Amino acid sequence: MTWSIDNRKCFHCGGCVSVCPFAALELKENIIFDEKLCTLCGICEKACPVSAIKVTK
Amino acid sequence: MIDVIIVGAGPAGTACGKKLSENGFSVKVYDRREELGVPVRCGEGLDERAQELIGKIPDNCISQKIKGARIYAPNGKYLEAILEYGGLILNRRVFDKWLAEQAIKAGAEIQKNTIITDFIKENGYYKGVKGEFLEKKFEEKAKMIVCATGAESALRKALKIFSKLNLIDSCLQYKMSGIDINSDFIHIYLGNEIARRGYLWIFPKGKDKANVGAGVIPGKLNAKYYLDKFINEHQELKKGKIDLVEGGCVPVGDLLKDVVDNGLLICGEAAHHVNPIHGGGIKEAIISGQLAADVITDCLKKNDVSKKVLSKFNELWWEKRGKHLRNVEKLREVVEKLSDEDLNDLADALKPEDLIEFSRGSKLSVLAKALMRKPRLISLAKHLL
Repeated sequence: MTWSIDNRKCFHCGGCVSVCPFAALELKENIIFDEKLCTLCGICEKACPVSAIKVTK
Repeated sequence: MIDVIIVGAGPAGTACGKKLSENGFSVKVYDRREELGVPVRCGEGLDERAQELIGKIPDNCISQKIKGARIYAPNGKYLEAILEYGGLILNRRVFDKWLAEQAIKAGAEIQKNTIITDFIKENGYYKGVKGEFLEKKFEEKAKMIVCATGAESALRKALKIFSKLNLIDSCLQYKMSGIDINSDFIHIYLGNEIARRGYLWIFPKGKDKANVGAGVIPGKLNAKYYLDKFINEHQELKKGKIDLVEGGCVPVGDLLKDVVDNGLLICGEAAHHVNPIHGGGIKEAIISGQLAADVITDCLKKNDVSKKVLSKFNELWWEKRGKHLRNVEKLREVVEKLSDEDLNDLADALKPEDLIEFSRGSKLSVLAKALMRKPRLISLAKHLL
């Protein structure tokens, strides 16, 4: 069970931050991920316009 | 103590800050960014009539003036709608700084490079913010807090607000140059194969430059898939060059009806005050921010910033914008259920001016009538009425 982001694809639009229901993501220079809050629901993965996020269950 | 702290120096925050300063209140606006207006998250289109709200926009903020919109059905046929007052494709990089300058001239203070991480709450009232300025932690109190952060803010998490996945469009936009387009119009392409649920756009920014983007419902295929496919299939775009990648997720519905609390008001995109059919948010943000300033002015004069008194904002916004945007949301709910064939048929049945009216939430009965011609679509037609 993992959450990962490909920083070569990510262009820091923050789309994932706006949809995360668990406040596990934050936009700074990169996307900051809080594994304590993440439930691996996969919503961020679906919202990303460039598929930079991968969630595996 | 400062009167009002505003979080976010985009169109909503600066519109609110300007008006509050003009009304004699001390205002501090915080923004996460080092440079306002960057990165651009949108297509940069604005109705010329927005100038009735903010005054004449200087030429250097405008990349291109347009006459109207060409809206393409999936089969490639287009309707050409002339905008009575014309339209503007902005240079947000310059425009947002101009908006900020207007607020500063009116007396507001704007502090950039500042991440607001949380609120200070006392006795059930929002009393201030906690943040980091150049990595140094600080706290600041005010009589009233305005959250105008846009949708992608981490601060919304402190308010437990997030955008629902099926009610955002996931968008990707390329700033392209060396392309061949008609720059008198914005070009909007509809179709389930072109951009599922949303649309694909070309917003001209000069003779051979444009914002070319796609906004789609989150699903198996991402916005990049649709955008790259479209560009590859269009030689006039394919020959150009991608200078910049932009994008984000825009709320296209879920208009929040209650956006106030004791000492707190949420406006602009953070409150989903965005047009649900085209995702345009600049004008809505300005209206929302200005209206927020009117209500806050009354509250501060009465020395009462309770949720009860601030609720006036919920009422006024719904009356002025919400009910229209709810109609637009209904339109989006109907359009997203139409097949490509339905869209092609509608393009034959409708007049270009109708489409502009629909996008404003008016004349939806005209669309309902056109849908009623197909028995299969009667229930959708009813949804509009």
